[in-house]
Amino acid sequence: MSGTFVGMPAFPKAAHEAVGNQTLRANLRHATHTIRAKRANAVAEVSDWAELREAGKRIKDHTLRHLDRYLVQLEESVTAAGGIVHWAADADEANRIVADLVKETGESEVVKVKSMATQEIGLNEALEAEGIRAYETDLAELIVQLGKDRPSHILVPAIHRNRGEIRDIFTREMSEWGRPAPEGLTDTPAELADAARLHLREKFLRAKVGVSGANFMVAETGTLVVVESEGNGRMCLTLPETLISVVGIEKIVPTWRDLEVFLQTLPRSSTAERMNPYTSTWTGTTDGDGPGTFHLVLLDNGRTDTLADEVGRQALRCIRCSACLNVCPVYERAGGHAYGSVYPGPIGAILSPQLRGTASEIDASLPYASSLCGACYEVCPVAIDIPEVLVHLRERVVQGGPVTREGNKVVLKPAKGHGAERAAMRAARWAFDRPGALRAGQRLASRTRRLHPRTLPGPGKAWSATRDLPAVPAEPFRDWWQRTNGGTTDEGTAK
Amino acid sequence: MRVALFLTCVNDTLYPETGRAVVKLLTRLGVEVDFPMAQTCCGQAHYNTGYRHEAEPLARHFSDVFGEYEAIVTPSGSCGAMVRELYPRMGERARAEGRGDTLAATLAPVVPKTYELTEFLVDVLGVTDVGAYYPHTVTYHPTCHGLRGLGLGERPRRLLQAVEGLELVELPGADECCGFGGTFALKNADVSAAMGTDKVRNAESTGAEVLCAADNSCLMHIGGTMTRLETGMRPVHIAEILASTEEEPAS
Repeated sequence: MSGTFVGMPAFPKAAHEAVGNQTLRANLRHATHTIRAKRANAVAEVSDWAELREAGKRIKDHTLRHLDRYLVQLEESVTAAGGIVHWAADADEANRIVADLVKETGESEVVKVKSMATQEIGLNEALEAEGIRAYETDLAELIVQLGKDRPSHILVPAIHRNRGEIRDIFTREMSEWGRPAPEGLTDTPAELADAARLHLREKFLRAKVGVSGANFMVAETGTLVVVESEGNGRMCLTLPETLISVVGIEKIVPTWRDLEVFLQTLPRSSTAERMNPYTSTWTGTTDGDGPGTFHLVLLDNGRTDTLADEVGRQALRCIRCSACLNVCPVYERAGGHAYGSVYPGPIGAILSPQLRGTASEIDASLPYASSLCGACYEVCPVAIDIPEVLVHLRERVVQGGPVTREGNKVVLKPAKGHGAERAAMRAARWAFDRPGALRAGQRLASRTRRLHPRTLPGPGKAWSATRDLPAVPAEPFRDWWQRTNGGTTDEGTAK
Repeated sequence: MRVALFLTCVNDTLYPETGRAVVKLLTRLGVEVDFPMAQTCCGQAHYNTGYRHEAEPLARHFSDVFGEYEAIVTPSGSCGAMVRELYPRMGERARAEGRGDTLAATLAPVVPKTYELTEFLVDVLGVTDVGAYYPHTVTYHPTCHGLRGLGLGERPRRLLQAVEGLELVELPGADECCGFGGTFALKNADVSAAMGTDKVRNAESTGAEVLCAADNSCLMHIGGTMTRLETGMRPVHIAEILASTEEEPAS
């Protein structure tokens, strides 16, 4: 994934900063709670939501099970329609393919449709290194790009910014990238949108090359689909002479008919809209209409390895709606940057450690960035059991086990730094396996209860820093039960 | 009817009053309660922290202890969800790892017989008015595993609404996690504390004297935050409210 995230600290450390940032907390709280309520209303309007969710899950699972077949079918359909298909095993290969394709056109700038896949591979930075400038045209991506920032949300990458901050970024940075912000720009949404419109229109009309991702690819016809709210995507998809689409291999659906399900569940889950304002579809090339050259770069970058994991593979059902981010209490407080990836929130916590592996500090900590409250699973429109995958990946971190890496089966060793925890878990298991040992421990705790400290040492310190510890009772339940014969005799107090 | 009380290791060690309340309540409702002394822990902390293999012997032990009973009642949505939701999954995983059906077969008998307390009262005994008296203002926090794992729904609220003298006030953001999450509270202490603080502030805004829930682990986290923030509110397990009567009122 993007080089900008290399060397991120573990999640708890990154989250520590965010928890203390009151502006960020307020921005995130306001944004997530607003969209949360809207989504709930939009979903409640649909009488067969549960069936749609199940259908989406089944279509995705079926496609993933036969991914090899549908990918070949897609390649044939795209080629037959006049497109050119490229296969990229990883981020480097995908970036090299795109850079070479742009260079072949003789151009040195491209306009971009908002795309998670190109964020994932760090395409903008890779193109920059080749002397090609990439202009983000989605409003939120533009704010992030101008602010030299990183996205913090899948759908609303600038969710962590408020209007005042955006006005300041536009005023300060727009002139560096093209048309400057209008004089005396205020922070009203209409003025900010207008400033962005003027700035971007120049880019749309000038650019000869467009770069996009896709929300879906239809295997039977070779059609790509982008859904969006602003219309900037459609400008990029139709005006340039050359269009290059970089898409993860899991984005396939078998038929046009399958789209029906997702075109209902995606907008309601993501923007709480009944239908997204712009649905653009394109199939290869058509003379005199749209780009004359169309390239499709099919991106693996860890997806086949993820598919090999029978519990974790369900993460590949994800349609990037970001409903899980908006309901997640951890995301709300920690912010998107703490997840160290373009995929933040609950889905990021299960996707990043699978696509990238669990070797780095941040990736090993992500499966723990959840209280397992289950709100993410409840809202997921393709029923990804995120808590299940989180626990599965925790197991991978602390116990190691078999995984697939670059197509090869390897056995991971347990991650470092969990030795004390592992020992404690083993000791607890030992005691719990022997009721007598548990009882002895309880009695010791009760008898020494007046000596217990108010604060804890070691890993428990974090607990007692903000919360009072419960007092240990004079008598554990099982002693009371025995002493009173199940509460039927003497109810006196413990000795 | 004779049932086994699965109190949970946390309640047994730290919250014996909840256990005594369950015994009092069920006995009052004509249920014969047994407490198998060999019981220990369901293995949830192990499982959820990533030590599934350490949780397996504990799950087997649970089945050995409780397998013969007609029904198993637990005053914990979290531990109840462990048995009902995750024991079958542990069996499936063992099978997928080529270890056969032994674990699944061992655990299967206890799964459908395990009930969280409010579920047992409403679904099995068919009561919502348990004859309780509790003259306090109460707000109810539905804990995540009870709410989303077991799907307790309105059962706890219906039980509370039927309690004489009790005024139930709605908790803003009730369905949001309190931030305990087992080892999450230790591993992500800052985020956990921020979530706990918001939960307590929401509870405070109701003006209730008592915050009630069906899980003492969450109440330990919320209660510890309450005393630190000096709110004057107190956490009480739902069993203690339901066990309270005019003759023997709970505080």
